[in-house]
Amino acid sequence: MYHLIIDYFQMNSGRFLTMLTDHFRISLCSLLAAVLIGVPAGFCCVRFHVLQKPVSTAFGILRIIPSLAILLLMLPVLGTGAVPAAIALILLAIPPILENTIAGLRDVPPFLLETAGGMGMTGRQVWMRVRFPLALPLILTGMKTAAVEIIASATLAARIGAGGMGDLIFTGIGLFRTDLLLIGGISVALMSFSAGIFFHLLEKIILKYKRF
Amino acid sequence: MAHAIEFQNVTKTFQGSLRNAVDHINFTAEEGEFITILGSSGCGKTTLLKMINRLYEPDTGKIILFGEDISSMNPVKLRRRIGYVIQQIGLFPHMTVGSNIAMVPNLLKWEKEKTDARVDQLLTMAGLAPEEYRNRYPAQLSGGQQQRVGLARALAADPKIMLLDEPFGAIDSITRARLQEELLTLHRGMKKTFLFVTHDIEEAFKLGTRVMIMNEGHILQFDTPEQIILHPADGFVSSLVESAREKERFWEKFK
Ligand SMILES: Nc1ncnc2c1ncn2[C@@H]1O[C@H](COP(=O)(O)OP(=O)(O)OP(=O)(O)O)[C@@H](O)[C@H]1O
Ligand SMILES: [Mg+2]
Repeated sequence: MYHLIIDYFQMNSGRFLTMLTDHFRISLCSLLAAVLIGVPAGFCCVRFHVLQKPVSTAFGILRIIPSLAILLLMLPVLGTGAVPAAIALILLAIPPILENTIAGLRDVPPFLLETAGGMGMTGRQVWMRVRFPLALPLILTGMKTAAVEIIASATLAARIGAGGMGDLIFTGIGLFRTDLLLIGGISVALMSFSAGIFFHLLEKIILKYKRF
Repeated sequence: MAHAIEFQNVTKTFQGSLRNAVDHINFTAEEGEFITILGSSGCGKTTLLKMINRLYEPDTGKIILFGEDISSMNPVKLRRRIGYVIQQIGLFPHMTVGSNIAMVPNLLKWEKEKTDARVDQLLTMAGLAPEEYRNRYPAQLSGGQQQRVGLARALAADPKIMLLDEPFGAIDSITRARLQEELLTLHRGMKKTFLFVTHDIEEAFKLGTRVMIMNEGHILQFDTPEQIILHPADGFVSSLVESAREKERFWEKFK
């Protein structure tokens, strides 16, 4: 087995790197898009009360549907390739980001908001200088959850032709090649793990005040 | 010379409430006075205070600061000219002590050197060595130190009026007594008008140049501590004074 894995890397390191970067790229793009949608949507839900129920219900339902199902449901609508896969991943990643943004913005203690207003901050300044910074820890947690989910689900995205580590895993399944399965599986696990570490470090750096 | 604060027939009713939280209130306060507002829970002290910086709007009547009707002023600008401290202090946990104190100067776009100098000056005044405390976070301070920073922050842009809503309510009695002394010293050194809400009668009489006694949205008496003790306006006030005397006698027994 060990030999097989060594052999694989000797002969296919270029191919491996392509799959790794494809996997990384689609995950990163999906995460960024999910943040760009999820955080403003969360803000709107807290700012305009009427929106909260319908929006969170919609994404709540989305959350129950398994990621593979979302991927396959995309097929007839958008066909195959990286774009429909990314859309499915984005849909998957929005709920944790949205929910955490809402919780973070909503749970800022009222007396802090009152002090902020009482000191003469404008409504906008209260959002930018108090509410968002105080919601940031929860928003980052949501992003971490989303990143881990995206990296795992991007494996399935290979099924609709998006490339990535999933290619290797599905090939391994098809050919009964345990070595390929191991390489693919461990790579995905390591990517997930690195994403977790990355967010952990990010929190440590930008949320200095949380240390005390 | 206009009064620092003038209330003209001010009434505030909250929606769904049958009673006026603040009921046809008239009073004036002069520059440099230290006014304590005393009354039991729910009598309208906080409501009265929050109408001054327009966190609440009165339903009827006028509030005039230094001759200017506040209803015609921009609320944001008004608030930047008034110091405001609450019981929960409300220091921003994600900002250092220095940034907390610099908040209003920054909102007013002061130059950085001026703001930094002001922060150090205020920290020193609050008895906190600037080099040591400037870059700490609020969570790294004791309750008493946090309240000192809260006061320093409210004083940062040198407001003429300070609104203090039970600032020492959650602080142990020894620290509280020390903070009271510090506040008195602070007030003596500047020509500011303080409005200080409390429901501790000793605190009210110790700090106030005049004491406003409220009940159910009304002002029962507004006078110097001596006058209130010598000539209580009605039964409620005399029972309040009596209850303080009672406490005094309790401690006398152990002398
Ligand atoms: N935001 C609000 N909405 C509705 N009713 C309110 C609101 N704020 C205060 N009230 C009511 O107005 C009355 C006066 O409240 P206020 O907070 O001014 O009392 P207080 O004297 O500050 O009491 P405490 O000593 O407990 O702080 C109370 O009956 C209270 O229930
Ligand atoms: Mg109150």
